[in-house]
Amino acid sequence: MNVKNVKRVTIKPNIWDLLYIPAIIGGLSITFKHLFKKHITLEYPDEKWFPPPGYRGAIRLNRDELGREKCVACEMCATACPANAISMQGGAAPWDDREKYPIWYKIDMLRCILCGMCEEACPEEAIELTVIYDFADYTRESLIWDKERLLKNYDLTKDGNYYKRQLEENKKR
Amino acid sequence: MTQTGNIILDVVIIVIKIVIVLGVNLTIVAYLTLAERRVSAFMQDRLGPNRVGPAGLLQPIADGIKFFTKEEIIPAQSSKLIYLMAPSFVLFPAFLTYAVIPVGPTFSAWGYSFQMEIANLNIGILYILALTSFVVYGVVLAGWSSNSKYPLIGGLRSAAQMISYELPLGLSIIGVLMIVGSLRLSEIVNFQTHLLWGFLPRWNVVLQPLGFLIFLIAAFAESNRLPFDMAEAEPELVGGYHTEYGSMKFASFMLGEYAGMITSAALMTTLFFGGWDFPWVNESALGVWGILLAVIAFSLKTGFFLFLYLWVRWTLPRFRYDQLMRLGWKILLPLALVNIVVTAIVMAFLA
Ligand code: SF4
Ligand code: SF4
Repeated sequence: MNVKNVKRVTIKPNIWDLLYIPAIIGGLSITFKHLFKKHITLEYPDEKWFPPPGYRGAIRLNRDELGREKCVACEMCATACPANAISMQGGAAPWDDREKYPIWYKIDMLRCILCGMCEEACPEEAIELTVIYDFADYTRESLIWDKERLLKNYDLTKDGNYYKRQLEENKKR
Repeated sequence: MTQTGNIILDVVIIVIKIVIVLGVNLTIVAYLTLAERRVSAFMQDRLGPNRVGPAGLLQPIADGIKFFTKEEIIPAQSSKLIYLMAPSFVLFPAFLTYAVIPVGPTFSAWGYSFQMEIANLNIGILYILALTSFVVYGVVLAGWSSNSKYPLIGGLRSAAQMISYELPLGLSIIGVLMIVGSLRLSEIVNFQTHLLWGFLPRWNVVLQPLGFLIFLIAAFAESNRLPFDMAEAEPELVGGYHTEYGSMKFASFMLGEYAGMITSAALMTTLFFGGWDFPWVNESALGVWGILLAVIAFSLKTGFFLFLYLWVRWTLPRFRYDQLMRLGWKILLPLALVNIVVTAIVMAFLA
């Protein structure tokens, strides 16, 4: 690479620039204009941010048409998970259309890095990431989500209006 | 009325005035802290604190409660007495200066002549300059007694800065004093109530534009506000001289700083923008309405300068320390001297 061609430009300030006052007044007028501009603040608990499609938030376990979990306890997701967040125990399914189902299924949301690998790996489309971004909690135990909690996430987000509903609840209060 | 009766009446009136002035100023200081945050937010297209009370108007009260209930921490290695005294050195002078600033014309009612200032000192402007230079002690002692490196650097910087800028500050006023011929603030204002060539308000800013500019810059430096807040300089000094201070002691510094802003805004109004004068109106002839008009004019002008403080703060970046010193000693000081000489020559020719 030839760096010799770099041209140095020195701008010599003229008297007008050296006074600084015109420049200061220019700056002041810019900040003054901003006083009346539209605010971009999102007043968070009152207003909600709607994540764009493809957003990777909290995880859910999908249900099938009959309301049962789709998961067949194949452990593909647990294998794929780079954070080792998923654990489960498979057992003989009580239904005829599949052999196995998860007796218990847990995701440690403290370990989960929301990478979406589980969703990619799942052959049954049984696990998915949702739009939920505000699932902070007070204890570590409550952030280890079991099957019921994950299925509940599905019920909350299946219509895609999770935050819209929250907003309406806010308004009612 | 008897002699003693007169004295008692005087004392009562002065006490009432003190209470009013202090109350009003403390309120303004409290709301200035809110205004600062709101204005800065608006300038950055944000909203600022708006959740305590309607439009955030109760925020200063919440802040006050927070400051009072915070844990008092005194660093183990500090010089305790000086450490505890330093905030008051900043706080009290700033409030004492309001005593001499006239907010309206003198008027008589019921055979008594009311003055719209607490004390009509014949050396009013010297009194203010003397008290404002007291603030530097508070800042330096705070930096020194904290026994910690950042406060020390902040304190030293601000000592150098405030002493350097006191010179141009004092010299820039001399032009005004030469024209008016009095150190009494009420007389300086009275001088400005007349008209120049029949249409222009004879405000000193018209007669002394350069003097005003120097005073404005020096006042910004004196009150340690951006672009001259070397003493605090959060990014480099963590907060400067008050790094080790917490709870109400820290709040005292803040109150002192904002009170100092009000002082210099009021001083700018009084010295250069006609004080309580509403141009083209003779307030003294309007009775009570005149007084009201004068007070409103004074408040509006002072309010504008307070806004200017916030406005400049969110516009200009901080000066570098050597630039600050160069500006003070090599530019403002000679300019202030030139201003005095030119004023003197012009006055000699006009006389
Ligand atoms: S999103 Fe990633 S880290 Fe979280 S459970 Fe799925 S695979 Fe594991
Ligand atoms: S990959 Fe899908 S089907 Fe297999 S265990 Fe995980 S969630 Fe269940």
